[in-house]
Amino acid sequence: MHIVVCIKQVPDSAQIRIHPVTNTIMRQGVPAIINPFDLFSLEEALRLKDKVGARVTVLTMGPPMAETSLRKALSLGADDAVLLTDRKFAGSDTLATSYALTSAIQKLAEEEPVDIVFCGKQTVDGDTAQVGPGIATRLGFEQLTYITKIEDLDIASKEIVVQRRSEGGVQVLKTTLPCMITMLEGTNTIRFGKMDDLFRAARYELKTWSRDFTGAEEGRVGLKGSPTVVSKVFVPKPRAEKAKMIEAASDTPDAMAAAAIDAIFAAQPKLSDDLLARAAAGL
Amino acid sequence: MSEPSKPQGRKFQLPEHLKVYKNVWVIVEQERGIVHSVSLELLGEARKLADKLGVEVGAVVLGAESPDLNRICGDAISYGADIVYKVTDPALADYRTDPYCRVMTDVVNAHKPEIVLLGATTLGRDLAGAIATTLATGLTADCTELDIYADNRSLAATRPTFGGTLLCTIQTLAYRPQMATVRPRVMAMPERDDARTGRVVEIRPDLREEDIVTKVLNFIADREQNEAQLAFADIIVSAGKGLGKVENMKLVFDLARVLGGEVGVTRPLVQAGWATNDRQVGQTGKTVRPKLYIAAGISGAIQHRVGMEKSDLILAINTDPNATIFDFAHLGLVGDALTILPALTDAFGRRLSVNRMAG
Amino acid sequence: MVEKFDAIVIGAGPSGNAATYTLAKQGLKVLQLERGEYPGAKNVQGGIMYAHELEKIIPDFRDDCPTERHIIEQRVWLLGDDSYVGTNYRSESFNSDKPNRYTIIRANIDKWWGEQIRKVGGLQICETTVTELIRDPSGKVIGVRTDREGGEIHANVVIMADGVNALLAKRAGLQAEAAPENVALAVKEILFIDPELIQQRFGIKEDEGVVIEIMGKVTKGMVGTAFLYTNKESLTIGIGCLISDFKNGDCPPYKMLEDLKNHPVIKPLIEGAEMKEYAAHMIPEGGYKAVPQLYGDGWMVVGDAAHFNNAAHREGSNLAMASGRMAAETVIELKAAGKGYTASNLAAYKKKLDDSFIMKDLKKYRELPGIMHGNKQFFGAYPDEITSAVHNWFTVDSVDKKTKEKQIMKSFIKRRSVMGLVGDAIKLVRAVR
Repeated sequence: MHIVVCIKQVPDSAQIRIHPVTNTIMRQGVPAIINPFDLFSLEEALRLKDKVGARVTVLTMGPPMAETSLRKALSLGADDAVLLTDRKFAGSDTLATSYALTSAIQKLAEEEPVDIVFCGKQTVDGDTAQVGPGIATRLGFEQLTYITKIEDLDIASKEIVVQRRSEGGVQVLKTTLPCMITMLEGTNTIRFGKMDDLFRAARYELKTWSRDFTGAEEGRVGLKGSPTVVSKVFVPKPRAEKAKMIEAASDTPDAMAAAAIDAIFAAQPKLSDDLLARAAAGL
Repeated sequence: MSEPSKPQGRKFQLPEHLKVYKNVWVIVEQERGIVHSVSLELLGEARKLADKLGVEVGAVVLGAESPDLNRICGDAISYGADIVYKVTDPALADYRTDPYCRVMTDVVNAHKPEIVLLGATTLGRDLAGAIATTLATGLTADCTELDIYADNRSLAATRPTFGGTLLCTIQTLAYRPQMATVRPRVMAMPERDDARTGRVVEIRPDLREEDIVTKVLNFIADREQNEAQLAFADIIVSAGKGLGKVENMKLVFDLARVLGGEVGVTRPLVQAGWATNDRQVGQTGKTVRPKLYIAAGISGAIQHRVGMEKSDLILAINTDPNATIFDFAHLGLVGDALTILPALTDAFGRRLSVNRMAG
Repeated sequence: MVEKFDAIVIGAGPSGNAATYTLAKQGLKVLQLERGEYPGAKNVQGGIMYAHELEKIIPDFRDDCPTERHIIEQRVWLLGDDSYVGTNYRSESFNSDKPNRYTIIRANIDKWWGEQIRKVGGLQICETTVTELIRDPSGKVIGVRTDREGGEIHANVVIMADGVNALLAKRAGLQAEAAPENVALAVKEILFIDPELIQQRFGIKEDEGVVIEIMGKVTKGMVGTAFLYTNKESLTIGIGCLISDFKNGDCPPYKMLEDLKNHPVIKPLIEGAEMKEYAAHMIPEGGYKAVPQLYGDGWMVVGDAAHFNNAAHREGSNLAMASGRMAAETVIELKAAGKGYTASNLAAYKKKLDDSFIMKDLKKYRELPGIMHGNKQFFGAYPDEITSAVHNWFTVDSVDKKTKEKQIMKSFIKRRSVMGLVGDAIKLVRAVR
């Protein structure tokens, strides 16, 4: 069984700051990490590897420095890593990105057919959640997003049963491989790599693929291949006020609680009705 | 709102073959007969955009034929649609990517809307990406603001980027339809007007169930499950390291129970084993937008903040008056959560039960 | 299967990088283990880079090493309450094609080192913490254990470059806990500011840098120093005192830094700077007398872990790089000669240190830490007296100069007494001789 996991290297958004003079994003010195959502998908892929002996290839489209994220994924247990990198990819929106990644996955499939493609639910820098579905659509793979659990995978019949987060509940879906899966955040915890995986990752000779190598057409990647254009980027106006500190009649917890409730209902009168309605309904 | 004199966006001549695309559509999300409120919010937004463009609002309702579906079509008109495309087939009874995507792309190709909006729900985001890729068009996700740029009559979709540090406005100039998803509760709910009229177009795609690979085996409603459903909770009481010990989590659960809400935690608590990760709120946990978020003993680090800062009302309780959380909470209480939480539980309990008894 | 190396280097700071690179360049099989997510993640420095030492290891480092500004002016200031007395030295000759010192941002340099190490075939593994040294029954160090499953790795020699805390050496009983008066806690902030403003305020051009070393009232009578460095697009400002003084005093480090930033002569220099990056780090201050056992059967200590810091001259990272290099050279020589890595053979490392500026300088200043510690007047009374004296001297009023001299002398004597003054002079001489 061959599993491909698509990851993206992103700036650690918790540490992103805006340059006070130029109003641009200060990337310098901000550590680059694997998109946190990708880790849930990667962990699930590695668990399948443990369970059924699948081979896991990690793929990323990015600049040369994305190599460090691939090595990190290898150190967690991935078997192979491919860096899809080319100047022509710069400026790709999600349509162009899913096109480029698909060309690489098809190339990988030439060697060994791909059974499952895992993608992160969304990225912390783009947040669009579009690349996974884009890849599934292009490859004609069954699309399974917001998966909370892989209940069963039968290699012989290639049937997979999953639980999918839906409005108000969970769908239990059954489908046949090949499929594309994005995992919901919080469904697992990424493992701590073993020493020999660390060694293997440090020594691994990375496969670096260009646009030419995968056969991606120039007109369908980069800015040329992107229907969406960024018209402007700006700093949001900061919320004018900090928290309104609640003053209580006295220091006792009861007084503070009473003052807090008054403040809550003053700020949100509808909330009072809401809560009463819920209480009345016995919720 | 734009001032006519100020240039907006690039001047752009739409290619001839795309000029036939007209109207602003909303894909109305319904599951098991219940409309997701975000679809109604989007109808209100679509109305504003359509008025600016001088075109009509279309609503697409997909599902199996049923009285519920007919009612939903009526609702769509009451909330602003001029045309409702009612697409029915037994295979559409439950949401699955493949049939929904195929049907939607056929309907879009047949009727050529210039803008298609969906709610950024699990269904909406799953479907939008598939449709946009099939149609090879532009899609902007999780928009916080939608507008039309007068200079090019194109949708201007604004969304946060880099965890909310920046905003960017995105346009799809040379492709149609222009697609966008919007999160629930970002746009205002429009007024319902039952006097409104509109027309319903019936579409029967005639799907074959045997052609669809993915099957729905079951649907487990949340009430049956033990897991927390934070993403959809209206009231959340959340705990951070300030709580001190795992035994104190009881205080959080007590308050949540009285309020009919859910319990959330910060990542360190999940890592310490005080709660399971389905309760984690934050960058790598859940993003929540409840009506009321009570943060007890939470410092307000950015990784937690991005998961809850859009809550309607945030009350922060912390012993440290300089805690970061007070920078963005709405209400602040400097005090010990360990004594205040039980006091709140008590006080809310009394206020709410009085009325229950009276009612 | 347990991996085996010629050497394992613990830590990816300046000393660890120097050792690893030197070993790898000579073709030895070396593994470098760093507990941070990336090299430099856990490291903090002021900082100033001393090119001379780096040149010895990587002669053409200037091709791609991400330094900030090369230093053309050094200022040494003694701060009073609202004044300072200072000296500057500036020279155009520092604008050579091989400048002698640079301001740097530590993490950027350590990352760059990582790339260089990989280029010469060294193996660097991060996010892995060495938990203990492994010894054979005779007590010889034969490897390390890490916090990862299967994390036992063997080597002929282990070089501990794990920084001022020297946890591994302490855990292995090879080093004692440092006394609080031998370690300083320094805090600093990086303030982002328009490069144009930096250049205007400090009278420098693009790429040129100024460093200011500060002593005086700003350390509230505690033993310590402060500094202000110019980077490309930011200023680094920091202050540190001995931990023993912080413990007994009543001004915590971050408050001391806030007061420094608000000092009337400092504030205008950092006006308008907005973004902050805050960091704290410990610095070895015990000097020669606090240097621990540096080698044993199968092991050596380098850098801050060996307590190599010349506080008088603010030199730490060059001692780190030099000691790392010397430790590596010792291993290389022993391997070439086919000799074992016993304590008596590794003594060659100590000999290299003794013959070099490292031990010579540390020896020269061996009395300084003790004298500074016991003589707080250098951090309180003297800055007061000196700044008042100079203030008086430069104030042109109707007081005749001879009277002014007398006033100044009287003030000093009142503050310190004649015996005190003489004693202080003797102490200073002893401290630096």
